[in-house]
Amino acid sequence: MIQVENIHKSFGDNHVLKGISTEFEKGKTNLIIGQSGSGKTVFIKCLLGLFEPDEGNIYYDGNCYSELSIKERRNLRQEMGMVFQGSALFDSMTVEGNVMFPLDMFTNQSQSEKQDRVDFVLKRVNLVDAHKRFPAEISGGMQKRVAIARAIVMNPKYLFCDEPNSGLDPKTAMLIDNLIQEITQEYDITTVINTHDMNSVMEIGEKIIFLKNGLKEWEGTNKEIFKTDNEAVTNFVYSSELFKKVRQMYIEERN
Amino acid sequence: MKYLEAIGKYFIMIWEVFKKPTKWRIMKTLILKEIDELIFGAMGIIIFISFFIGGVVTIQTALNLTNPLLPKSLIGFAARQSVILEFAPTFTSIIMAGKVGSYITSSIGTMRVTEQIDALEVMGINSLNYLVFPKIIATMMYPFAVAISMFVGILGGWVAAVFGGFAPSGDFIQGLQMDFDSYHVTYAFIKSVVFAFVIATVPSYHGFYMTGGALEVGKASTTSFVWTSVVIIIANYVLTQLLLG
Repeated sequence: MIQVENIHKSFGDNHVLKGISTEFEKGKTNLIIGQSGSGKTVFIKCLLGLFEPDEGNIYYDGNCYSELSIKERRNLRQEMGMVFQGSALFDSMTVEGNVMFPLDMFTNQSQSEKQDRVDFVLKRVNLVDAHKRFPAEISGGMQKRVAIARAIVMNPKYLFCDEPNSGLDPKTAMLIDNLIQEITQEYDITTVINTHDMNSVMEIGEKIIFLKNGLKEWEGTNKEIFKTDNEAVTNFVYSSELFKKVRQMYIEERN
Repeated sequence: MKYLEAIGKYFIMIWEVFKKPTKWRIMKTLILKEIDELIFGAMGIIIFISFFIGGVVTIQTALNLTNPLLPKSLIGFAARQSVILEFAPTFTSIIMAGKVGSYITSSIGTMRVTEQIDALEVMGINSLNYLVFPKIIATMMYPFAVAISMFVGILGGWVAAVFGGFAPSGDFIQGLQMDFDSYHVTYAFIKSVVFAFVIATVPSYHGFYMTGGALEVGKASTTSFVWTSVVIIIANYVLTQLLLG
């Protein structure tokens, strides 16, 4: 579980996060949504420890990040997995090399042990015949799967995803969403996903946080988002005609 | 003020490069890869340029020694001094700043743009050590390239002198051996080690701290070449004053 307590973050005069408090539960897919410039990326970078909040605290299973020593922070980082928006795979390495990289860096496992683990996670993300291919030789959806495999290869406690299905077709996007949700439940990981994708919100949003101008405007589940009267949330989530109709149908059905 | 800030940031980067080292098993592979890329990969252009620069220096010296009282051996002497003291270490370094420096900036810059550096940081890896340290160690092999450049430059001079009809082979070789001071070679190697450090770190700085997209990667490469050349020229002056002055 990750608990966030009143975090603030500024860059010069730009006050990006203005006091956000929330909790991200274990074994659930927690989504952060909001318009561009609402502070989502800065928020997730604070959670990852890439930015230090100016004020407030973040607790990882009860451990306050700002009170951890450098070594403890380093160890905590090794318990985090991250799927970047553009996958961020290392161009010079094969798929197998990318997934094996964290094992090479942080474990003393033998080559065969590492190979077994890599084979296992690649199979888990449904990639069985791409071991020797380079990132440039595989599709965007496959790259995302490799990024997920690399993120989970060290058995992380926390998984962060920044727009994991951006640039993917709807079917592949849904496969990636479902894969993340399955992995979250299977390994009991605390997963935090930064997304713009409303299909993801509806499909896997077990907990949703809506950010607006650096503040938490709303939080709830994908069921509750249908019922909310918060104008900012409804304007953002139901900006398309399709979603407006879906919501209308949902409300009529309930009545 | 902006420049002072950049200089400060550069030295902080250097400090960070040597902190929290990557596992030796991994680092060894990275260093060998960088030696292949940065040193052996540049040997072709170094040999090509050195040969012709040696030839041109010889021809120009020969054409300026019109007085029949001056011995032809002076052509070999002047070629040797020019190549060893200046052309091999400095001129080659400027070429390397273009070839190797722009490669370093663009490769690290692309990693920055595509979030690969963020991926390293998230994993708890000291990205500066992982990316820049192997390049610094690899470029420490640069004096080896400079030694080859000296040899090929002088060979180019001999070819130009003998086959161009400017001096007989014996006179040229006698000039090469005239008043030879081995300290001049030491001076050239000391310079080349400093230049190698500059070639590895200044472009790394420009790549690592760049922001933006693909266009900015190109701009960063150009800026890095300009600043690497400027630093080499200034360091050349300072080192010459210190070591030969």
